[in-house]
Amino acid sequence: MSFASHPDDAIRLADVRKQFGDTAALAGVSLKAKPGSFVVLLGPSGCGKSTLLRVLAGLEQATSGTIELSGRDVSRLPPAQRGISMVFQSYALFPHLSVAENIVFGLKARGVPAADRAARLKDAAALVGLGHLLERRPSQLSGGQQQRVALARAIVAQAPICLMDEPLSNLDAKLRNEMRREIRALQQRLKLTMVYVTHDQAEAMSMADQVVLMRDGHVEQDASPAELYARPATRFAATFIGTPPMSLVRLTAGEGGAVLEGAPGHVLAPAQAAGQWLGVRPEEIVLSDAEGLPAGIAGAEFLGGETVLSCVIGTGTQVLQVRVPGLCALPVGTPVRLRLPQTLHLFDDATGRRIEDFPSNLASPFSSKDNATCR
Amino acid sequence: MNAVRFGRYALNGAAGLSLGFILLPLIFVTWLAFFRQEIPSFPPEGYSLQWFTAAANNKPFIDGFVLSLEVAVVSTLIGLALGVPASLALVRHRIPLGPGVSTLLLLPLVMPGIVLGTATYVFQIEVEIATQIPVMGSLGGLIAAHTLVVIPWVVRLVTASLAGFDRSIEEAAQNLGAGPFTTFWRVTLPSIRPGLVAAALFGFVTSFGNLEMSLFLVGPGRTTLPIAILQYLEWKIDPTVAAASLIQIVLIGAAMIVTDRYVKLSRVV
Repeated sequence: MSFASHPDDAIRLADVRKQFGDTAALAGVSLKAKPGSFVVLLGPSGCGKSTLLRVLAGLEQATSGTIELSGRDVSRLPPAQRGISMVFQSYALFPHLSVAENIVFGLKARGVPAADRAARLKDAAALVGLGHLLERRPSQLSGGQQQRVALARAIVAQAPICLMDEPLSNLDAKLRNEMRREIRALQQRLKLTMVYVTHDQAEAMSMADQVVLMRDGHVEQDASPAELYARPATRFAATFIGTPPMSLVRLTAGEGGAVLEGAPGHVLAPAQAAGQWLGVRPEEIVLSDAEGLPAGIAGAEFLGGETVLSCVIGTGTQVLQVRVPGLCALPVGTPVRLRLPQTLHLFDDATGRRIEDFPSNLASPFSSKDNATCR
Repeated sequence: MNAVRFGRYALNGAAGLSLGFILLPLIFVTWLAFFRQEIPSFPPEGYSLQWFTAAANNKPFIDGFVLSLEVAVVSTLIGLALGVPASLALVRHRIPLGPGVSTLLLLPLVMPGIVLGTATYVFQIEVEIATQIPVMGSLGGLIAAHTLVVIPWVVRLVTASLAGFDRSIEEAAQNLGAGPFTTFWRVTLPSIRPGLVAAALFGFVTSFGNLEMSLFLVGPGRTTLPIAILQYLEWKIDPTVAAASLIQIVLIGAAMIVTDRYVKLSRVV
């Protein structure tokens, strides 16, 4: 089972809007996806990611805009004619049909001959490891097994594009990790173009070729996971990705450049950056005995493999989070020094957008590697 | 602890009493059907099966049974055909005056049978005068009236089934290539089957046993079984009626048991 790849984009959306009464669920979404790529629609609940998926599937009609799949305009086609398979959050298995009947439902509806149906059922069931459960009813299966039936039902259609709406949200953590890898492997093996909706950034980062981060009905950033992590395009993107997410602190004008409130001696950016926001990834900050930004411990969260420290800067009120490996049981109030990384992120206060290429003239004092305070 | 135990005894006792209250008439009817003497008196003089033979040979009973069966089956089918789309519309669409329509459809269930009968009687006569079509006393008129008492059951039970219905399975069917008709026929209807079966059963029983409304609407030579029994009782009080009732109880009980094997009625009603 593999599908011919198309020279063009597998999916192309142009200014897709969806209006529910007065509220715009989708406020002009444009995006492209290459054939065989794994696209994750990521965002908090209510951001429009599920609506976008439903519009793609044809379960909702877009208010305006065009949807092209493999170069074919499907904007006005009913779901059955779009050549898309879909896995629903609730799995949406037919409760009155057996596993086998569930899987071949679509083939029957499309008039695939019985012999062909049987062969494809066997293939699909084997692919997801369901061969021994074909006669059961969905109610007799565990959550993980139901998930596999939904997967098999989607892939047996051999549609080049597969949509998944938070398919793993009803599974426990261990099974979720397992299924995550399985779905990714299946997608690569069948060369499917996958559009996968989730609110879980770990799922997005680990599975995707392309992450489409959404917020309030528009695309906040459309990039690879690495790019999204390394160069967040907006303050929202910065604080959505990472555990814990990027810390954002407000820069103020100081002597010789922009500084943080409460730590006037440490110039972090050129003077014109005052009033903007500085972003630092907690895992890139290093604790130091001697030099760096003065701070005090305000709290420590031990997570097993690492500890997340909340540090109040200088005599001020702004907080930077610091992720250090292992257990680091510093009592509240302990004075520490923070060495910031060379790569700092700067965001515009008014627009929230990333300010590209600000001259960082202050790299040298913050580049040492020792971690003296916690060991 | 004693209070808990006392509570449990009280609950079980109350449940037992209620059950006895419901079952007692059935038990007496069953007992009476086997009495040998003609005038029911206690204690019985002996037992016999003669009243079953009498009931089976009573032409008005047989004709009434056939007519009741005919009317109940047809009006149940019509009730389903009208009630299912109505329930779908009520549950899935915001139709104007939705709650009002819903109440209207359930109304025949709470309306006293005499009132319903009188109203239908007057209405059918008016229709007959206006259109010159003989409605009053016709089989069609009777079936139409019985459909009226079937519809509330269908609407109530099917609405309940649809309330917990996961609509994503219909979307899945459409995504898999099924059109609206196939989706309805192969996914929606089978998923609410327990509600449909229960609705059909209760609609059927309600129509089959209806006396008060039918009294107004039957024509000469067209008598339903409950009316035939009533007419018999006007002249005679012998266990033939008890025997006929027992046959009905057994038939309906059997229908419920068979239905329950396929659809757990306790889960729907």
